[in-house]
Amino acid sequence: MSAIAPPATAETSPPTPDYSEYKLVPARHPWRWVGTVLVAAGVAAIAWSLVTNPRWEWGVVAEWFTAQSVVNGLIETLKLTAISGVLGFVLGFILALMRLSASPLLVSVSWTFSWIFRSTPLLVQLLLWYNLGYLYEKISLGIPFTDVRFFEAQTTTLISQFAAAVLGLTLNQAAYSAEIIRGGILSVDQGQLEAASALGIPAWKRSTRIVLPQAMRAILPNAFNEIIGLVKGTSIVYVLAYSELFYTVQVIYNRTQQVLPLLLVATLWYVVITSVLSVFQYYIERHFSKGALRTLPLTPLQKARKFFTTHVAATPTKDAR
Amino acid sequence: MSIIAARKESTTTPQAGESAGVPAGTTAARPAPADKKATRGQVDITNVRKSFGATEVLKGVSLSVPPGGVAVIVGPSGSGKSTLLRTINHLEKVDGGYITIDGELVGYEVRGNKLHELREKDILKQRTHIGMVFQSFNLFPHLTALENVIEAPIVAQKRSKAEARKRGLELLDRVGLKDRADAYPRQLSGGQQQRVAIARALALDPKILLFDEPTSALDPELVNEVLDVIRELAKSGTTLIVVTHEMGFARDVADTVVFMDQGQIVESGTPQEIFANPREERTRSFFSKVIEPAFNI
Repeated sequence: MSAIAPPATAETSPPTPDYSEYKLVPARHPWRWVGTVLVAAGVAAIAWSLVTNPRWEWGVVAEWFTAQSVVNGLIETLKLTAISGVLGFVLGFILALMRLSASPLLVSVSWTFSWIFRSTPLLVQLLLWYNLGYLYEKISLGIPFTDVRFFEAQTTTLISQFAAAVLGLTLNQAAYSAEIIRGGILSVDQGQLEAASALGIPAWKRSTRIVLPQAMRAILPNAFNEIIGLVKGTSIVYVLAYSELFYTVQVIYNRTQQVLPLLLVATLWYVVITSVLSVFQYYIERHFSKGALRTLPLTPLQKARKFFTTHVAATPTKDAR
Repeated sequence: MSIIAARKESTTTPQAGESAGVPAGTTAARPAPADKKATRGQVDITNVRKSFGATEVLKGVSLSVPPGGVAVIVGPSGSGKSTLLRTINHLEKVDGGYITIDGELVGYEVRGNKLHELREKDILKQRTHIGMVFQSFNLFPHLTALENVIEAPIVAQKRSKAEARKRGLELLDRVGLKDRADAYPRQLSGGQQQRVAIARALALDPKILLFDEPTSALDPELVNEVLDVIRELAKSGTTLIVVTHEMGFARDVADTVVFMDQGQIVESGTPQEIFANPREERTRSFFSKVIEPAFNI
């Protein structure tokens, strides 16, 4: 019913010139170049000093890097990390489920566990476990409040250095990983659980097939933080005179007095382990990001291949043109 | 001086249910049209009550939907529509009253003169007969469209993967998404996601499908592709109960329109009765707000 207004006519604006033949020139960023040069100079200076300063004693580092005793220590470190890492996360998963359960008792037990183990120093925990024999001479398994015993042993024979180390690291790790896993589970939308139970999917499958795969995205970065922390954290069991990597190099430098080179040996091994773990982390995170990103980014290998095929392999055609 | 635009002729025939001595505010919906040969999917909701804390969201609601019937529940926000829908598959526990599907109690069993809540396992089994489609789709983002559809048949019904895949592809074809079977939900538009969710709900071959505001999270131009799929389902003989704000859709598809307000069914009847000739003042004033006057011009 309303009359259409005539289109507004350009009375005042002058005709637009034709820019279609012009070339586009991106903005220059001179300060970015200045920053790059400064940082490059700094990195070069550090590298130069590492190479030329004889006090780093790279010869000694190389000599000890693959020495049998150091490698044995390294294996012990990896063993401790793997065992307490796996056990810690399994226990942490159970604690997280307890914390999220509807039972007030389970919730408070889980909370108390995390509270105790997060609020006492790991050093104290380790020494306490190692000296458990002082507190309880015997450890036995039986029916409480009766004399029935299925198993009984001296605490000191049961709790070796290794057992004390694993126990301390595991329980401590469990307290932290419980919170990480709980955080991951909470990050999954409630509607996912609702949809799964509306479809008749049983509770255990809801957790393992629907919630956990999604929770993993939030869990993994923190979990790898913890694992990497644990690799270096195992060095604390030197207080039990347990011959893992760090204790081993300490023993060696106390004998040879080559303190810094041997600390470098341990450091370099920690760097190697962390680097390997970081590669794992990248691929595992990528696996669990299925569906979370519209398109998965290329892996470094794929990028290299693409670079090769588009740049190197494509050059002849460019020349031919 | 009718406020509401009525596209269909109005009728003043009283409902069949009223003469049957059912208390006011309850419905015994009309029998399903003859072309639907549905024999299963009778839903009876009897005097259901539900409170969240001090707020009573359902104040004794009764509703019957015959096999193959299409009931559309409308009403203002907070009227208890979605809660009522969620009690039908026991996602929400009732505080009083009961619900039966084909005569079988949902979520409870009779022992002596008490209704005992079923074990989780048995409730899950009942839920496989009741498909549900959510406002926010709730597709599993880490699974592809096809994997979303076949998850429940494989995990809850223990069907073979090959069989589930075959049926899953048929269902995706039915909602027009066979070519997107391997796409992840985030690679799909909202309308496509909701169509996958409908296929997922159909995969268990349910007697009843519940739709909880299936188009409310969609851009306006995507609403119709979802409604078209539901329209097709309405002809298939599956019992549909739909909570929606799409009044045009309710008018076209429903056998029974149920108007809810403040935890109660205010009135229900055929689309003609409810839209063109509402008996209650509350119904009248609600429709005058939600149906755009532009339709009248």
